[in-house]
Amino acid sequence: MEIIGKISYMETQATQPIKSFYETPSPSRFTGIGAWLLTIDHKRIGLMYMASVMVWFVIALILGLLIRTELMATGSTIMEAETYNAIFTLHGVIMIFLFVIPAIPAIFGNFLLPIQLGTDDVFFPKLNLLSWYLYMLGGFLAILSLFADGPPDTGWTFYVPFSVSTETNVGLTVTAAFILGMSSMLTGLNFITTVHRMRMPGMKWMEIPLFTWSLYATAWVQLLATPVLSITLLLVILERIFGSGLFDPSKGGDPILYQHLFWMYSHPAVYIMILPGMGVISEIIPVFSRKSIFGYKAIVGSSMAIAVAGSLVWAHHMFTSGMSDVAVFVFSFLTFIVAIPSAIKVFSWVSTMYKGSILMTPPLFFSLCFIYLFSIGGLTGLVLGAAGTNIQVHDTHFVVAHFHFVMFGGTGFAFFAALHFWWPKIFGIMYNFKRAYVAAILTTTGFMLHYIPMFILGIMGMPRRYYDYLPEFQTGNFFAGIGAYILVAGVLVMLLNLLISFKNGETSPSDPWGGTTLEWSIPSPPPLHNFVESPKPKGYPYDFTDIVRSNSLNSNDSLNRGSKL
Amino acid sequence: MTGNIDHIQSDAHIQSYGKLLGVLAILLFLTALTIIVSRIHFGGANIWVALIVASVKSSFVLLFFMHLKYESILIKASFLATIGFLSILIGFMFWDVAFR
Repeated sequence: MEIIGKISYMETQATQPIKSFYETPSPSRFTGIGAWLLTIDHKRIGLMYMASVMVWFVIALILGLLIRTELMATGSTIMEAETYNAIFTLHGVIMIFLFVIPAIPAIFGNFLLPIQLGTDDVFFPKLNLLSWYLYMLGGFLAILSLFADGPPDTGWTFYVPFSVSTETNVGLTVTAAFILGMSSMLTGLNFITTVHRMRMPGMKWMEIPLFTWSLYATAWVQLLATPVLSITLLLVILERIFGSGLFDPSKGGDPILYQHLFWMYSHPAVYIMILPGMGVISEIIPVFSRKSIFGYKAIVGSSMAIAVAGSLVWAHHMFTSGMSDVAVFVFSFLTFIVAIPSAIKVFSWVSTMYKGSILMTPPLFFSLCFIYLFSIGGLTGLVLGAAGTNIQVHDTHFVVAHFHFVMFGGTGFAFFAALHFWWPKIFGIMYNFKRAYVAAILTTTGFMLHYIPMFILGIMGMPRRYYDYLPEFQTGNFFAGIGAYILVAGVLVMLLNLLISFKNGETSPSDPWGGTTLEWSIPSPPPLHNFVESPKPKGYPYDFTDIVRSNSLNSNDSLNRGSKL
Repeated sequence: MTGNIDHIQSDAHIQSYGKLLGVLAILLFLTALTIIVSRIHFGGANIWVALIVASVKSSFVLLFFMHLKYESILIKASFLATIGFLSILIGFMFWDVAFR
């Protein structure tokens, strides 16, 4: 924060007479750390999420690296089986609940949604702060479970009957997930209300930027699906304490009911994770193609269609659970339907670039990696959506690879793209492009080397979550381990590059990329109330006529400096 | 900008006792109906009957007690859709349970 203070001071002194939000606490009576911990400013809350999400991300990344290191050779390599079980559980819980779900909405959504809507804050600022505290409390409890009565060993799905019968500390981790769910719901509620109630007068629905549209669609899923998980996790706790038998066939219960309830949230949660990422890409592609987004309304419609259809496909996780054949047929069919809106987005992005004036920058590079990796993730999802092939690869490394292609190759890379796209807006500084490209190439190369072998291992029949494996799986696991190290090295270079920009980065103008949405019309970093003057509705948000006419891109000092830094 | 919120402050909606009591009577009737239909065996339609009655009850609470009735069509539709959606979520589980 000291660094941030310095930057904003320099910025203010050098280029702008307007004080940034770093220099104007809200409420104004608080200073120092209090100005952050008790703030109701959506931008500060977004940055508090950024700091905490990044810490969790690095922790979960290290846990993942430990898992892959253990699997590089057969037998015990660096840990015992119980530790391995605990580590993959925590890797999953932290990555899902503390990184992938909140990363884009909580950081960039909080920071940018009100600005893109032309307003000064979210509808419930105090609730927004409460969401952050719940997020931190949930994260703290998840970590605490590592050190109390044995870390949980159920995997992030907490499947019964194991989660009810295991002696490890499932209760605490489940409570953590419950609290994190509450945080997610409150953020969703806040975003929905803000979009409905706080849009600047005159801004019509079809004038809302696509990132905000994606957050809106996500928020509905958060609000509708998360309570199902919360109740389900509560039932696990009740089952552990009172043995009520809800999921126990000997007491008239149904173990598959748990899986229905769990996936009723957790599959829509996949869309909670990916939809904001798609929103990020929909913002970046037109800016660096200097061309209006292809199919604005189709993208809006597909976001809402994904939110609805994506909530009705949960049982494709359960084809081998023993549920009825009719359900297998219906959910397989529905799964194929949800591929349509996802494809609409991919085709729209590619069509936007077609005949555009493409300018390669780190955000666009990450976005292109996203499209490539997400497409592989999506298409391999069809292998899992089809009942026949699903049964062949169910619970194998194929699923792990598919899931990570969508969640890391998709949401993770969209998050990296968002970081590089909005970094100059958030901090008012530009990073080094060359290092950013090196990081992106390392990350993508490592990613491919890491997860492609897992597809092959899965088809060969290697189960997921296993501590040890047969000798024929050795080569694939070894290469996957090498890929993991390259991937982590790439992520570290990326993070270091961004951190170095605090020291060496040059001041960024308000619109370094030539963006057309409202955040690019205000100073970088933004002032406390976002807009110096009340913004006026611009109509369609992706009109690049003026940008192209002024040819600002070629003469843009900030971009040139970024490439030379 | 802080005044941005002014235009969305809605007027207070005061409902008459008669209307509120009427809604209460409808809710009590629907509660009784829930109990009655739970004792009648409709076969595979059991769950759908229960869900429809519960959805209608929730809609009345949202519309009158939570003042949704005075909101725009969009907000009404959004919130009522959530109830319908929950019914679909629960109902879809019966693609499994009803055909095992």
